[in-house]
Amino acid sequence: MRDVAFEVNGKACRVAVEPRTTLADCLRHDLGLTGTHVACAHGVCGACTVLVDGEAVRSCLTLAVQMEGAAVTTIEGLSSEDGLSPLQAAFRKHGAVQCGFCTPGIITTMHALLTTEPHADEARVREVLSGNICRCTGYMAMVAAVLEARAAYQGAPA
Amino acid sequence: MKLPAFDYATPTSIGEAVALLAAGDGSARPLSGGQTLMPLLAFRLTAPSLLVDLRGIPGLDAVEIGEAGTRLGARVRWCDIEAHAGLAAAQPLLVAMIGHVAHYQIRKRGTLGGSMAHADPAAEMPGVAVACDGVLHLVGAGGARDVAARDFFLGPLTTALAADELIVGITLPAWPHGRRWGFQEFARRRGDFALAGVAVHYDEVGGRAVGAHVAVIGACSAPHRVAAAEALLEGSAVTSALAAEVGRAVAASVSPPEDIHATAAYRRSLAGTLAERALAAAGGLA
Repeated sequence: MRDVAFEVNGKACRVAVEPRTTLADCLRHDLGLTGTHVACAHGVCGACTVLVDGEAVRSCLTLAVQMEGAAVTTIEGLSSEDGLSPLQAAFRKHGAVQCGFCTPGIITTMHALLTTEPHADEARVREVLSGNICRCTGYMAMVAAVLEARAAYQGAPA
Repeated sequence: MKLPAFDYATPTSIGEAVALLAAGDGSARPLSGGQTLMPLLAFRLTAPSLLVDLRGIPGLDAVEIGEAGTRLGARVRWCDIEAHAGLAAAQPLLVAMIGHVAHYQIRKRGTLGGSMAHADPAAEMPGVAVACDGVLHLVGAGGARDVAARDFFLGPLTTALAADELIVGITLPAWPHGRRWGFQEFARRRGDFALAGVAVHYDEVGGRAVGAHVAVIGACSAPHRVAAAEALLEGSAVTSALAAEVGRAVAASVSPPEDIHATAAYRRSLAGTLAERALAAAGGLA
């Protein structure tokens, strides 16, 4: 077992993990952050996407021990008890969620995209969304929601 | 899927990393971005005793564009290539091919050293290395050596890399202004594993192709150049008829694998069509 110290959703944490523990399993099993969903577990579906130092990464293809000193943000860190974020509100408004299993990975990915590329056009949004598999919605509502949510990221510091 | 158990080390120099690779039972593996290695571990296609994480080694993420060529460090990520201001002009084929690598999240961690070390036949970076006459820079317990890309990729997940060696970078020769090129790839979902891909480039002298390069990925066990297709192209004016002929030569040359995604016959036909289209794009044909 190895001690790893990193930040999760703004809070410092320290966990003891086996080197083979993925970041996804560490978040879910060791830290109880079950908003990060695991589907394929080999980097194809995007469901487990979290932010590491602001970048969207597949947490099933990342080891927890690699997170020493990093700042990790999960879907829990993008939500507030007070209400929905603009991106979440847009997903709700457009009905961009059905079963919801893929949604945390899509919200984290789109948050990372719009934070760095607040003016991303529809083609870019669709290209980036292609890394996240959704078997319910058909994506149309998600694209509309993301395009609408761009306004909330424009003018904000990247 | 749970990974097999392994130990984990974070050396801070190339020398220390190589010593760790050499010290074990020969099954230790470097860990760069992990975007190829982690799935292999998940499927238990490999079970190393030790992962040597390269993230603490400074300098491996450098991109240097010089007169003789472009040197890229092994830890340069796909997103670094996309964001680099000078690479699109210095190495247009590299940038075009990298545009087909995986998806947004994988590009944030995947590195060109990791891609080349694993040599997936469908991977773009080994194809870039072969198509552009790249030279890989390796460091091992016995010292440093350079290996031409054409001698490095031996087969699926098989390279000339020794167990105690590390890829530290690759040099792609300088790309002359005006060089003609084209790249075509097909995957069921853009970013997924290529069913086939073809890169073509040549210089144009007096309306004829000189220095013809035709390289294939995906529809083969390792990326390689197709001599028969290059012989057709060399010294010729690029026309639609020639593009079709080159396509047929590429199709005839490959022995593609057959799997759940496509039959061998489909992949062979696809490789030919992509070669024809890549050459047509290179030649500016409609």
